[in-house]
Amino acid sequence: MNRATLAEAGFLGAAVLSASLTALILMFMLFLGFPLLRGGHFFTLLTTSWNPDKGLFGIYPMLTGTLSIVFLSLLWAFPLSLGTSALMSVIAPPVFSKFCKKTVQMLTGIPTVIYGFVGVFLLVPFIREVFASGSGMSILSASLMLSMVISPTMILIYTDAFESVPASYTAAADALGATPVQKLIYVILPYSRDGIFSGIVLSAGRAMGDTIIALMIAGNAVAVPGSVLDSARALTSHIALVIAADFDSIEFKTIFAAGLVLYAFAAFIIFIARIIGRTGMKKI
Amino acid sequence: MRARFTEIFVTSFTWVSGLLFLSAAFTVIGFLLVKGIPALSVSLLFGETAPVDVFLLRRQVLTGLFPAIAGTCLLVILAVGMATPVGLAAGIYLAEYGRGSLKNFFSLFYDILAGVPSIVIGLFGFSIAIILHRYVNDIYPCLLISALALALLVLPYLIRTTQFAMESIPSKIRLTAPALGATKLQNIVYVLFPRSLPGISSGIILAIGRCAEDTAVIMLTGVVASAGIPGSLLSAYEALPFYIYYISSQYRDAAELQTGYGAAVILLVICACLFLVAFYLKNRLIERMFYSR
Repeated sequence: MNRATLAEAGFLGAAVLSASLTALILMFMLFLGFPLLRGGHFFTLLTTSWNPDKGLFGIYPMLTGTLSIVFLSLLWAFPLSLGTSALMSVIAPPVFSKFCKKTVQMLTGIPTVIYGFVGVFLLVPFIREVFASGSGMSILSASLMLSMVISPTMILIYTDAFESVPASYTAAADALGATPVQKLIYVILPYSRDGIFSGIVLSAGRAMGDTIIALMIAGNAVAVPGSVLDSARALTSHIALVIAADFDSIEFKTIFAAGLVLYAFAAFIIFIARIIGRTGMKKI
Repeated sequence: MRARFTEIFVTSFTWVSGLLFLSAAFTVIGFLLVKGIPALSVSLLFGETAPVDVFLLRRQVLTGLFPAIAGTCLLVILAVGMATPVGLAAGIYLAEYGRGSLKNFFSLFYDILAGVPSIVIGLFGFSIAIILHRYVNDIYPCLLISALALALLVLPYLIRTTQFAMESIPSKIRLTAPALGATKLQNIVYVLFPRSLPGISSGIILAIGRCAEDTAVIMLTGVVASAGIPGSLLSAYEALPFYIYYISSQYRDAAELQTGYGAAVILLVICACLFLVAFYLKNRLIERMFYSR
């Protein structure tokens, strides 16, 4: 073997190792959650409630918790991000846009735990005062803070999509006497439809994968939430909270079911994003 | 009339959302700085122990943040140290050797790995610890397991930034060495790799940032609230983000809460500095890409 083939084999080896680790995570979840998967218990698990005293270990409440937090945070973050990126790319004067872009890029680097910490001591008391009910630890608080976490990335994806509109298109709109708003509505937004959609999909993935915000702010009550002011537990927080329990208990095995569900969601989101034609790794 | 209304509506909507977003972001940071900066002091880091004794490892710090910062640093060094060689090699493979469907197949796996929630990666690390524990009694969740799991977390980012940096080298530069008779490997080693170093190093720095800020992975794989400076790879350790999380729910008095604010400010500053360096390196890469002669 000469040096060139040896090097190529080394590079290939690293690539194979990295890919097989991805598969290994899935295999571990399947292997350790196997007692639950046997006999079709898995799907019952997804639809029953959690009540260890009665022997019920379903993760349905956590599933609804995750879905409601993700949905609400997207509901806040999407218009906010779309508006902000439209402002940055089309409406605002260049100096302000540049300032915005620097700030947004900087914000992507802020640790999630810091948002969580500020959430606990600023947002939660605020929500408690405003709505005068409960502890303030609720789906609403968690989704508001989570929308702050996912917005910067969403804004960057959108400005990227807006700026990839070919200059000939925008120049044509300018030449026809379109105002910036008309250019935005009739040229830029239709052209970046795929980018906008994939921004939503990728942000949904990030929101779903977040642990710390939900764990710190959502209150972690194990019940199907009835309103946005109810406390809820996300699948991710469930894993974090149960891990301290006994290794051989059924409770402990349910976290692998939660892990499997999260893994499946993540893979599903990547498939959709790839179908739309972006991988989301371009903008980190 | 309708056109005029649309004009006003859209313009004000974008301004409102932009200003709302900026003010929310500045509120978060401002709140933290106003509350946290007064908490910063030497005793925040070292407690009642003299700093000289700490650095000479003569005495353990019992009340300060120093063990948490040391734990985070060790964790970052180990995790990024393990992930970088593999990530760079895999990235080079994707950019220079991988072709067609095999390349697509690999990148699908890396995308999924990048999308897997960090808590699931933490759970994976935890499972490894359990399984190892069946064979080796001494293994519990520890610094080494955490570092392995974190390495897995940042691996896809390293692969992708390496790949992107190598692929964006202009063909003028890419083809020069082969035209002079260099082999593919020589081209990679002497031209392409050095050329993409700014991009690769900004990827590494972002990976460092992710390791430093991650809480979900480490809370499943061995971080504890109080352990002192870790004595070995197999011992439990403290980390800055976990300390912040822990204080937010378990603080006993106002003084302890103040250390939480202090820790948050320190973590924020560390991450902001890493980010600025990464940003500078990335800009240098872009400069080179577009203005190279």
